[in-house]
Amino acid sequence: MNILVCIKRVPVTGGRIVLRDDEQAIETRHLGFAISPHEECGVEEAVRLVEQNGGESTVLTLGPPEAEEQIRDAMAVGINRGILLETSEEWDAQATAAAIVAAVEEERAAGTEYDLIFFGNESADTGNYQVGIRVAHALGRPCVTGLKKIELVGGRARCEQEIDDQRDVYDVALPAVVTVKEGLNLPRYPSVPGRLRAKKKPIDRKTPNPRPAALERVRLKLPPGEDKPTEILGHGPEAAPAVVELLRQIGVI
Amino acid sequence: MAVLALLEHDNGAIGDVATQVLSFGAAYAAAAGLPLHAVVIGPGGEAAAEPAGRFGVTTLHVAEHEGLVAYAPQAIARGVAELIGRLSPVAVIGAGSERGNEVFAHLGAITDLPFAANCIEAAPGEVAQVTRVRWGGSLLEEARVHGALKLLTLAPHSFEARPAAAAAQPAVERFTPVLSDVDLAVRVVERVQTQTGGGVSLASAKVVVSGGRGAGSAEGFAPIEELAGLLGGAVGCSRAVTIAGWRSHTDQVGQTGTKIAPEIYIACGISGATQHMAGCKGAKRILAVNTDPEVANTADFDYAVIGDLHQVLPAISAELRKAGLK
Ligand SMILES: Cc1cc2nc3c(=O)[nH]c(=O)nc-3n(C[C@H](O)[C@H](O)[C@H](O)COP(=O)(O)OP(=O)(O)OC[C@H]3O[C@@H](n4cnc5c(N)ncnc54)[C@H](O)[C@@H]3O)c2cc1C
Ligand SMILES: Nc1ncnc2c1ncn2[C@@H]1O[C@H](COP(=O)(O)O)[C@@H](O)[C@H]1O
Repeated sequence: MNILVCIKRVPVTGGRIVLRDDEQAIETRHLGFAISPHEECGVEEAVRLVEQNGGESTVLTLGPPEAEEQIRDAMAVGINRGILLETSEEWDAQATAAAIVAAVEEERAAGTEYDLIFFGNESADTGNYQVGIRVAHALGRPCVTGLKKIELVGGRARCEQEIDDQRDVYDVALPAVVTVKEGLNLPRYPSVPGRLRAKKKPIDRKTPNPRPAALERVRLKLPPGEDKPTEILGHGPEAAPAVVELLRQIGVI
Repeated sequence: MAVLALLEHDNGAIGDVATQVLSFGAAYAAAAGLPLHAVVIGPGGEAAAEPAGRFGVTTLHVAEHEGLVAYAPQAIARGVAELIGRLSPVAVIGAGSERGNEVFAHLGAITDLPFAANCIEAAPGEVAQVTRVRWGGSLLEEARVHGALKLLTLAPHSFEARPAAAAAQPAVERFTPVLSDVDLAVRVVERVQTQTGGGVSLASAKVVVSGGRGAGSAEGFAPIEELAGLLGGAVGCSRAVTIAGWRSHTDQVGQTGTKIAPEIYIACGISGATQHMAGCKGAKRILAVNTDPEVANTADFDYAVIGDLHQVLPAISAELRKAGLK
């Protein structure tokens, strides 16, 4: 079975977000980068499914050359191959989906047909909630979103989606596209040998065709926050009466 | 021409999110100088006519089809797309809920038009101007939406529901969309209960006591559970805790966890990373318990106790017992 996982490189923003002077992006000079938690669960699930059923897993990202780091992270936990669609800028969802579809079609022409394509339910940074669904339409495949569980039985996928305190179940034929959420599984940590093996795994680098943004970013801004100071209720156990007094004032006891 | 609002409903009953969508849609329609229409898909939809009228809807489109009894996102989008073909609206506006965003992504794919998810402001025009939410609410984006038809969802609880000055009785127009097996291939076939009663749900708890990396271990949650129990609240945690395997992901608060809105959120041994705070923006007050005095500089924390949670929390619990709580 062949599985593709689409991941995105995003900054780990820490305690506060600082914007670049041109307001086009987050200032990332002092930040690390990661794969979003939803997508990390997609990576883990792909690795498990290939361990159980045989086959090959591939990870794809559209991003800057440095996104190789996130591809290697995915490889370190067991992904076999990588595809890096190199761009210098953030693309809108339609352009991203079109580039992913083109890459999947090139793979097909080269003999690799994906039985399952994993996406995150939404990307951590732009939160467009749509790239996976757009790719599914273009490829003519069913798409189930927001999964917390997936089981493969006889060429079909039984998918569970969390909705309030319940789970809705879907049953679709493969090949399919799924979008997943954190909580689907508990991703493993990369081992040292895993990291070493990752360095030798193959990455295909391509330059996708740009397409003008139909959802065009003008500027980013921070939400208006009330910059009120934090009231220190006390230090150590001696603060307990002050905390209980607060709880009483606000009526929770 | 019109502006079209897609309403989520349960047998014609619409909730707060749908009334916010109607108000947002009414404002957009007024700015564009066009009437507001609404569409409901699935059984019992015509009962939405009365509430829709209160928000100024002139025509309610009711789509019914035997395949639309269980939730089927692509089929719903196909139904809306059929109506778009007849009505040529300048915009379709829906809820930025999981399901709303899913249906709109299908609409975007079917029409090959951009879709702006989770808007909080929108101005109509040949090119629409929107402000939308990124990073789970930690960042905003001003954007221009191109294309003949604008597809927008409204971020939940970001626009106040305001009934129109004069209620109207909307015209009701029924239709049965043409749906293929492919449109219906993805639909809910079963619903299973996960929560087995008891316990307070994190999403609706009045008090949430959370632990982060500072809890130190799974066992380190004992004082957090004790305090939550005394206050009749729920236990939450940060992602550092779930990835360490100390608690299950169902307890995680944050951008990729549960969004909470308690009267008070007590965050113990949690540094206040933006992705964590994205989950508790709805809390009325936030109290941090942290060994690091620097937490006082985190804008989101209203109150702080500086100290080790393993000493501070038992002292609070003891004080509550003295006050008669069990
Ligand atoms: C895309 C993305 C999505 C994310 N989604 C989420 C999410 O949904 N939820 C989430 O929580 N995180 C999320 N994160 C992770 C987030 O960025 C932080 O890494 C995480 O919230 C940190 O958890 P923490 O505060 O427990 O740990 P730390 O940041 O390590 O903080 C530990 C704190 O404990 C204090 N401390 C230590 N010992 C004690 C003690 N004995 N008593 C009191 N205080 C003590 C320390 O001073 C420190 O402030 C996400 C990250 C990314 C990139
Ligand atoms: N630049 C990208 N490269 C690879 N995958 C992406 C990219 N952008 C989005 N995706 C995938 O599409 C999902 C949904 O993204 P979005 O529609 O932006 O919310 C993400 O969780 C990723 O799995």
